[in-house]
Amino acid sequence: MKAWNRFKNSYLLYSFKRDPIAILSFSVLSVLVVLGMLAPVVAPYNTYDTATFDIMDAETPPSWMEGGSQTFMLGTDIQGRDLLSTMIYGLRVSILIGVGAVLFQAFVGILIGLLSGYLGGKLDAFLMRITDIQFSIPYLIVAIFTGAIFKLAFGVGRYAELAVPLLIVIIGISHWPIYARTVRASVLGEKNKEYVEAARVIGISRWQIMFRHILPNTLTAVLVISTIQVAEAVMSEAALSFLGLGMPITKPSLGSLIRSGFEYIFSGSWWITFFPGVLLVVFILVILLLGDWLRDVLNPKLYKG
Amino acid sequence: MFAFIVRRIIQAIIVMLVISLVGFSIQHTIGDPVRDLVGERVTPAEREVIRDKLGLNDPFYIQYARFVKNACRGNLGLSFFYKKPALEVIVSKAPATLELVIVTAIILIVICIPAGIYAAIYPKSWFSRIVMAISTIGVAIPVFLTAIALIYLFGVELNWLPSYGRGETINLWGWESGFFTWDGLKHLVLPSISLSSIMLPLFIRLVRAEMMEILETEYIKFAWAKGLHRQRVWFVHAFKNTLLPVITVFGAQLGILFAFTLLTETVFQWQGMGFMFLEAVERSDTSLLVAYLVVVGVIFVFVNTVVDIVYGFVNPMVRIAGTK
Repeated sequence: MKAWNRFKNSYLLYSFKRDPIAILSFSVLSVLVVLGMLAPVVAPYNTYDTATFDIMDAETPPSWMEGGSQTFMLGTDIQGRDLLSTMIYGLRVSILIGVGAVLFQAFVGILIGLLSGYLGGKLDAFLMRITDIQFSIPYLIVAIFTGAIFKLAFGVGRYAELAVPLLIVIIGISHWPIYARTVRASVLGEKNKEYVEAARVIGISRWQIMFRHILPNTLTAVLVISTIQVAEAVMSEAALSFLGLGMPITKPSLGSLIRSGFEYIFSGSWWITFFPGVLLVVFILVILLLGDWLRDVLNPKLYKG
Repeated sequence: MFAFIVRRIIQAIIVMLVISLVGFSIQHTIGDPVRDLVGERVTPAEREVIRDKLGLNDPFYIQYARFVKNACRGNLGLSFFYKKPALEVIVSKAPATLELVIVTAIILIVICIPAGIYAAIYPKSWFSRIVMAISTIGVAIPVFLTAIALIYLFGVELNWLPSYGRGETINLWGWESGFFTWDGLKHLVLPSISLSSIMLPLFIRLVRAEMMEILETEYIKFAWAKGLHRQRVWFVHAFKNTLLPVITVFGAQLGILFAFTLLTETVFQWQGMGFMFLEAVERSDTSLLVAYLVVVGVIFVFVNTVVDIVYGFVNPMVRIAGTK
């Protein structure tokens, strides 16, 4: 209750209420996330169950077009699955991978940033060299290479089976340096402050100072980049899936749905690509807008990474 | 200065060794050179003989040393699918990718600089507002969606432009070029527009932001006070000073542009390096994949090192910061 009151009087809520774009993006995002998470309940059909769809229904156009049927509101994809249900399930996969990848990269990046910033010295020089090197190579190249290597190492079948955890690791590996740098920069700012000195004087161990005292003070910066990073991760996942290095078509994400629809665009079946595409763009856009707003509110000085 | 250059070069060599180690480990654990040579229908005993002959039973570090030695001579192994040296295959695909990037860069310059300047000079006009709105939304649109939309519109519905392949090319001293035929140029339009679409929002915003900042500075105010002509203030005094940051960012973004060629080439079946790489993944052509990894690594390390050294010449702070 106390926490709620603090939140109610906070600047965060105040500026949120005064920003129509933030309110709109937040509502759209909440609706999409709830839809995605409740996919088995909300979606008209279970698209993971092969018994519920028929290849004879493939490429049915949306219901308002000629040849469309009332049973499939947005038409069907190339395997005869209801497109709307497939999109909702796909959205769920995209959200899971996006959030999972951000948690993974935040974990790795925060750990490295904390150690590097607080301990300093040779370890710092070594770790920062590594982040510099990875920064010099575009993250998409890192992700695609890692994906390709994993695909060859695991084989196509195994890769498809393990796609979700593997994609989380791949995207996490390609994005962690931004967390390491951000956290290190804030640790360097914090570590000479008086409260840290006081903690050191009363004999608290290094690890406790790092994780209990310094870490909470770096979290604002982490929160700001995290929103943008979720959008980046969703985009990377879509790109990887589009290249055939991501989710298999039996359990499609939005990216692999677009990929499968693209092969049929020349025969005029535009809806298989169009609806998942629009959903993907809207999803990314609202996260980016919300991230921009959050950055302006929490830390006007932080540069967009 | 000399010490700085030496330090940067040593660092570049270390990075290259790490990349080659990664590449070699991939080849070592996943690839099977014996299969690449003789196919599947050879008895295990005969395979063992071939393995011995090729030195595949040597310890890891000896094989790695051999790999590095060969790589320095430009021998990155044979491509399983093309039955040709992997480096030769990559070099033969490079012109397609380069032409795509060149045309994209031209489009970016031609559109971003005027649009950015206009949006900075007249921030309240409807044109600037539309440009800024589009560039906000544009960030969220993945390049492959833009590409598919363009293909559907201009390739399928209107049937104005070809939507896949490079079209007719002319061999110019070993460089397969699409620049000199009408057909080749037509094939370049859609891929280069899609590729430039990812960078357009960023650069328009950048040019606009830099220009607006400079229009607020003292010397521009002085130029107005002196009664100089508008165009002279905008294009000679203000614009010249926006160029430096714009060029710096442009250089940094070229690498990212290169990464996105992978996606664009896949959509348009553009016969470049990126398309080749993804085909190699599909075909499990390990040696070609490793060769591509090493080549891309060399390009990035080389460009970064050169840029750092040039920065060192221009800005002494960089040299001193590195020493401490």
